[in-house]
Amino acid sequence: MRITCPICGERDRREFYYQGDAVALRRPDPDDTPEDWDAYLHLRDNPAGVTRDLWYHEMGCGAWLVVTRNTVTHEVLGAVLASDAARGAA
Amino acid sequence: MAEPAKTPALTLTPTTPCGAMLPLRIGTLTLSEVDPGHLTAMAPRQGGALGAALSAAHGLDLPGPGRATGTDAARAIWFGRAHVLLMGPAPDPSLAAQAALTDISDGWAVVRLEGAGAAAVLARLTPIDLRPTVFPPGQTARTEVFHMQAAITRLADDAFLIMVFRSMSQTLVHDLRTAMEGVAARAGD
Ligand SMILES: [Zn+2]
Repeated sequence: MRITCPICGERDRREFYYQGDAVALRRPDPDDTPEDWDAYLHLRDNPAGVTRDLWYHEMGCGAWLVVTRNTVTHEVLGAVLASDAARGAA
Repeated sequence: MAEPAKTPALTLTPTTPCGAMLPLRIGTLTLSEVDPGHLTAMAPRQGGALGAALSAAHGLDLPGPGRATGTDAARAIWFGRAHVLLMGPAPDPSLAAQAALTDISDGWAVVRLEGAGAAAVLARLTPIDLRPTVFPPGQTARTEVFHMQAAITRLADDAFLIMVFRSMSQTLVHDLRTAMEGVAARAGD
């Protein structure tokens, strides 16, 4: 499995640390409902198909990435800097 | 009354990260320690002009991602996201306005692997593509060397600068020695 880091280019999976669902980029506002916070903290989809995760280029440039991949085919469909994803429509 | 005990003469001798482990010569390959001088991590300030300051103060081009500039006397090595390493001279004070400067001198072990087959040695330890078309002289990468966070810079076709945290120097030399022996043993194939 290889991931194309937007900074470093195509790299081996062993250089990356997997953090989890990119939901972390959609943190609720402080006055959002307890249900929103409950979902943010505890509820995760487990899709058979395309999913978006946060990965850390730990052994490389040190950037956090949002990686889009397919859990069925194991295709890696793309990666963007998490800072860019957070600024845009995350 | 007893005489006060004499303080024994104490001599402190600086040691390098790799110390007596290097140099090594195995087959066509040499592994030697590099005294890098000052090491300064530079994190460019947003909207700053680090490139112009670096050029004016040290005669170095600011390297983009994956690139290294300069010579043995002074290098600028891309060192990760929004980081450039200044190797050699003490940083000119003018740089401080353009980048956050952190002195990391003595924090890294720096070695030079040189000779025919140097890329074959590294290929046993790192997952990056070292082919000259992809990783020519002047190219650098933050990557791993056998599970250690490392920085690898190609200085010439058969010469690489390899950096790991100073605390891992013994592991680095061990792993490189093993790989050098493996490549040397197959030299006749
Ligand atoms: Zn990267």
